[in-house]
Amino acid sequence: MQIIQPHYHAIARTAQDYERMAMSGVVAVAEPAFWAGFDRLYPETFIDYFHQISEFEPTRAAEYGIKHYCWVAVNPKEAENPKLSHEVIKHMPEFYKKPTVLGVGEIGFHKTTKNEEEIFEAQVEQAIKYDQLILIHTPHLQDKVRGTKRTLEVLSHMNVNPERVWIDHVEEHTIREPLEAGYWVGFTLYPITKCSPKRAVDMLEMYGHERILVNSSADWGPSDPFTLQQCVVQFRARGYSVQDAIEIFHNNPARFLGQNPKFDIKPIQLEAIEENVPV
Amino acid sequence: MMQTALQVLDREYLEARCALLELAAALDRIDRAHDHEGGTGDLNDSRLELLNQAIRTLSEESHLPNRSERLLLLFSDLG
Repeated sequence: MQIIQPHYHAIARTAQDYERMAMSGVVAVAEPAFWAGFDRLYPETFIDYFHQISEFEPTRAAEYGIKHYCWVAVNPKEAENPKLSHEVIKHMPEFYKKPTVLGVGEIGFHKTTKNEEEIFEAQVEQAIKYDQLILIHTPHLQDKVRGTKRTLEVLSHMNVNPERVWIDHVEEHTIREPLEAGYWVGFTLYPITKCSPKRAVDMLEMYGHERILVNSSADWGPSDPFTLQQCVVQFRARGYSVQDAIEIFHNNPARFLGQNPKFDIKPIQLEAIEENVPV
Repeated sequence: MMQTALQVLDREYLEARCALLELAAALDRIDRAHDHEGGTGDLNDSRLELLNQAIRTLSEESHLPNRSERLLLLFSDLG
């Protein structure tokens, strides 16, 4: 089955992960800009990083037949330094011209501070100005509800089209409001700290599959790219068809990311494929 | 040297939180399926009663030691 992994921090993973993902049906990954594990000190460090995810990673992924796309942003954990953040933001439009850059993300809140909010707003404004998709990180653990609520409040005062905004890392206690407001939402599947594959399938059963993305958010911390495939297996084990699974794990990311014409992987229908196969 | 209680809590908190969330989600899943089938009231199944008894054991006797041993005995056929 073909899968799109919409949230994947490839620079923290090995080529072997690409190989295993290719073997499990992953046809594309999208890499949001991420925290390096330490706070970067210079705008140039971010610029080099943006070059890495927009130039080097597509070539590495292509060796395994996987298309690699990315997002650029100052992530929430580094938004506490407004001077540095504004300097980086000034350079981001250069990257919107790159053939695999899909938008601005991850932005949003980590500790829901004033500085984070200032940089979040600045990046949303720039995304609107340059007609970019927006990917929003919501905080971890005990800060998640507060940060998600503040995210929605900030966005409600800005001229965003909710259909072009993806609010990520939602769980049972934060999914309802963003969905009802018309945004896309994402589940991030982690071994311990965030949503599990089983709980993700529960939410798909409760909320349907429209405007929902599922991703493993593989990164340099305790994480596993294959929590996404575990979710596919869990979904199928509950009796849903391959086409149902394709709708969620391939077609939904194709629909959301495909709002940027650079993302050229289209939704697929099994019946259509079967009709075209010579007998 | 044995870890301090706080060190153990630091190490175990997220895993314990995860286990509780998985348990809550599993019980919700059973309830939803039961509702979907048109069931009314509690599902009458001895395994569910054992799970509920185990949860009560943990919450009502949280100060007592050997929780895992007591739960395993609860789940054992001692006939």
